Amino acid sequence: MIVIFGIFLLTLLVITAIGIVRTDNLFVAVMLMGIASLLIAANFFLLDAADVALTEAAVGAGISTVLFLSALALTSERERAKSSNRILSFIVVAAAALIIIYATFDKPRFGDPEAPVQTHVAPWYLEKTPEYIDIPNVVTAVLGSFRGYDTLGEVFVVFTAGIGVLFLLGGGKAAGVIPQDKINEGLRHHLIPRVVGRVLIPFILLFGLYVQFHGEYGPGGGFQAGAIIAASVILFALLEGEQRALSVLPERALLGLIACGPLLYGGVGLAGIVLGGNFLDYSVLSSDPVKGQQLGILLIEAGVGISVTGVLLAIFHAFAARGR
Amino acid sequence: MELLGLYHYWVFAILLMIGFYAVIAKRNLIKKLIGLSLFQAAVFLLYITMGKVDDGTAPIFPETGAVVFSNPLPQVLILTAIVVGISTTALGLGIVVRIKEEYGSIEEHEIQEIDKR
Repeated sequence: MIVIFGIFLLTLLVITAIGIVRTDNLFVAVMLMGIASLLIAANFFLLDAADVALTEAAVGAGISTVLFLSALALTSERERAKSSNRILSFIVVAAAALIIIYATFDKPRFGDPEAPVQTHVAPWYLEKTPEYIDIPNVVTAVLGSFRGYDTLGEVFVVFTAGIGVLFLLGGGKAAGVIPQDKINEGLRHHLIPRVVGRVLIPFILLFGLYVQFHGEYGPGGGFQAGAIIAASVILFALLEGEQRALSVLPERALLGLIACGPLLYGGVGLAGIVLGGNFLDYSVLSSDPVKGQQLGILLIEAGVGISVTGVLLAIFHAFAARGR
Repeated sequence: MELLGLYHYWVFAILLMIGFYAVIAKRNLIKKLIGLSLFQAAVFLLYITMGKVDDGTAPIFPETGAVVFSNPLPQVLILTAIVVGISTTALGLGIVVRIKEEYGSIEEHEIQEIDKR
């Protein structure tokens, strides 16, 4: 049954992707992209990657669609030009696809427990997580503690991208007092979206917090929670107008969040050194090493969540402010 | 099962190349970024597919009993890559918006023509 469902999802995905490339209406392409993300998320779920599915659904289908639409509002919705060198590109792409497909016949069987990827370091993580960290979600344990350096790096990439967008789009036209008639009213005069939004937004926020703080026990963590919380504020901004959202979470607060996240993460790392351990070694944070690991993961996940929320919202506001 | 596994890899190859086609053949900059996102999504799919283990489940310890887990490592990599991906895409979109403001166009050949003048 799952086999059939998987094949069905993947086939739909390919059809959607072809639709994305063929249409010359960018609005349609962005909407199809959202559908493709949702299909991929469903597929991740079938492949046992609950954490990744949650992230893809929140980021790919939610935030990415909003960002692309804001960019479309500032540029144009139609693709004017025909493709360049269509035949040559097609030949290159088809040849490359055939080579990759040829290579897939040499790959280990799908789901093979003896495949090299399954027998290298992964069993060690699965075996040692209960001993060293003692939290049920191995993905969070690897993300937060075993591979804490990598995650710190990722947080800084997110941080840098946020700063980059603010440099490119922030300030400029948006500065100064906005005339009354330019204030974005959102969908405030539409009853149904407004009522539905009022009902949904608190629960989305609550779910975001649950995902943040329950990440050790179930699918979740800072990256997903950040995306979900940002999505709820963006929904609020779309429904009630951007100014209202900014009065709830002003730009200054967002800049604070962007800086606080990496600082908290790095600070936990430095606290490890101060207390006599290595950088990002949480065992020394508490008298019991396992408790220390759990505390460390809780703190750095909070740092990740804060910085992801801040960066995504700042990016959204930078695009929205440009349109005024 | 064998066929499904190969089918996953084939879909990866096709998605990857559909995305790549959009990047090299399309002249619209936003379409190129959409293509890049597809390309990225295909890579995510490949990693997660490789981490799947027969009869496995999500790598979260249940309260009782022993189960087979799928590989948590590719999941960690892709989880962070998705969020980093959206941040870099946003940066790309920011650059496209600035290009539109300066050149009045987001079509590659028009921008090159303006540059030649």
